[in-house]
Amino acid sequence: MTSADLSLPATAGDQRATALRQLLRRATPWLFSLPAVVFVAMFFGYPIVQNVVMSFQEYTTSTFYSGQAPWVGPANYVTILSSYLFTTTMVNTALFTIGSITFQFVIGLALALFFRRNFPLNGFLRSMLLLPWLIPLIASSAVWKWLLDQESGALNQFLGLFGGPAVPWLVDPTLALIGVIGVNIWLGIPFNVAILYSGLQAVPKELYEAGSLDGAVGWRAFRHITWPNLRSVVTVVLVLGVVYTLKVVDIILGLTGGGPANSTQTLATNAYNKSFVEFNFGEGAAISNILIVVSLVFALVYLFISRREPTA
Amino acid sequence: MNHPSTARRLPMTVLGVFFLAVMIFPVYWMVNSSLQAGSGAATSDFFPVHATFEGYATALTEQGGNFVTSLLIALGTVALTLVIATPAAYGLARFRTRGGTAFLLVLLITQMIPAMVIANALYPLFNSLFLINNIFGLILANTAAGIPFAILLIRAFMGSIPQALVEAALVDGAGNLRAFVSIIVPISRNAIVTAALFTFLSAWSDFLFALTLTSTPEVRPITLGIYDYISANSQDWATVMATAVLASIPAGLLLIFAQRYIAAGAVSGAVK
Repeated sequence: MTSADLSLPATAGDQRATALRQLLRRATPWLFSLPAVVFVAMFFGYPIVQNVVMSFQEYTTSTFYSGQAPWVGPANYVTILSSYLFTTTMVNTALFTIGSITFQFVIGLALALFFRRNFPLNGFLRSMLLLPWLIPLIASSAVWKWLLDQESGALNQFLGLFGGPAVPWLVDPTLALIGVIGVNIWLGIPFNVAILYSGLQAVPKELYEAGSLDGAVGWRAFRHITWPNLRSVVTVVLVLGVVYTLKVVDIILGLTGGGPANSTQTLATNAYNKSFVEFNFGEGAAISNILIVVSLVFALVYLFISRREPTA
Repeated sequence: MNHPSTARRLPMTVLGVFFLAVMIFPVYWMVNSSLQAGSGAATSDFFPVHATFEGYATALTEQGGNFVTSLLIALGTVALTLVIATPAAYGLARFRTRGGTAFLLVLLITQMIPAMVIANALYPLFNSLFLINNIFGLILANTAAGIPFAILLIRAFMGSIPQALVEAALVDGAGNLRAFVSIIVPISRNAIVTAALFTFLSAWSDFLFALTLTSTPEVRPITLGIYDYISANSQDWATVMATAVLASIPAGLLLIFAQRYIAAGAVSGAVK
């Protein structure tokens, strides 16, 4: 029962005030969220719709002067899909994503399992491990560009100690993609360790005690106790990893700029080049839309999993 | 569980230190190189035996203004994000409506949309609103990117506040707004601080919006300053590394002084 129901018979003016107050009350749930809803609509809703529109237009530098963006139907998509670059871009995106995720995850899980053991300085070492994750990506790119420098980079200096040749890490078209993936793996390890470690902490200790009575120790404990209990966290880490990796532009632009000879060009960097280097926003929007479809497929997988397993 | 003696666990610590050393070697190298001015294209030593701050001097001369720009953008983003996200988080946690559930789903999805896609459409929009090369424009873009995470993080905490507490305040005659300001916000301080720290870090580190939504040297965050060096193949690595070190200071400070917030945020951000 609300206070309005209890009030004494009132004048018309009072009634209007009461009605207003009730309206306000009913709107309250939305008033708190309204600014956020507006913001999300403007900065996510609008761009997504606008990208779809732009991808069917000839939207170039001249559009900014004349305001004219002629409708060209699916021409932008045809150009993109039939370009020799598109296959390269898709293959690079797939290799970059799969390579990054696989190694990030395996190394991350190994480190998470290691840090589950009890030893002095454990907590301190684990939190210091987060450092690469917190510093700006472009700062990391700068450091790695220096480390991988062909003539005087630290890595080649180190290899030189063993008589190794000066490897052109970021200059050679075949090595550049490997180099970029390597850096992205390094960046992703802290995140994987943090999430997987917290997932491991949630596995009940009693299970291991019970398991050890049945001879489940070492690898068998991992196979039959750890892995089944960790599976939902693993799925979340992998799907989020894919979605985050698809987004990556900072590292690639910083390290190679997509080159040499487009050997490190991915969907995201290609969209950047089309729009902000060639000023062809129509084609840039078309690539962006392909990127968003790929991301959303994985996003839906993530939502499906996290809804089904709310305890994750 | 039996506890082996510290001596027997020490090899594990050594191994842990080794893993950490490998992982943060690049960070060491960044600091090391920043202290070796004149290393240029020549090889830099493995230890800064002849440490000099020339790199830092050059970095501050060339990038000083950009640091201020980054700071303004990051602080502005934190303020705007919290002002918008905190009430929204409360609204979503306290009033469970169907629309609210849908909005939460939308927030989850927005986190997965590549910023590149947003930037592509924001450029024409900002161009017509005169928000290109504009600090406020970058604050808006970064706030948009930060809001979903901040709402989800704060809401997760607010959901655990007993409803009875709010209802007691309402019975005492406080309106929803009063209850929010004088009860909910103080209780949720930790979650709000965590959201603020993460928003600060991501706005400070923002590269893509800065790259796409600016074109002149007037408004240039530090991330673009670094990018300008490396894309021009600068061989003055001491200065480049000094700039990178300075740009990493907020991350370092947070890791030292706000560790528990960082760990909490890392986990909740991914799992919620």
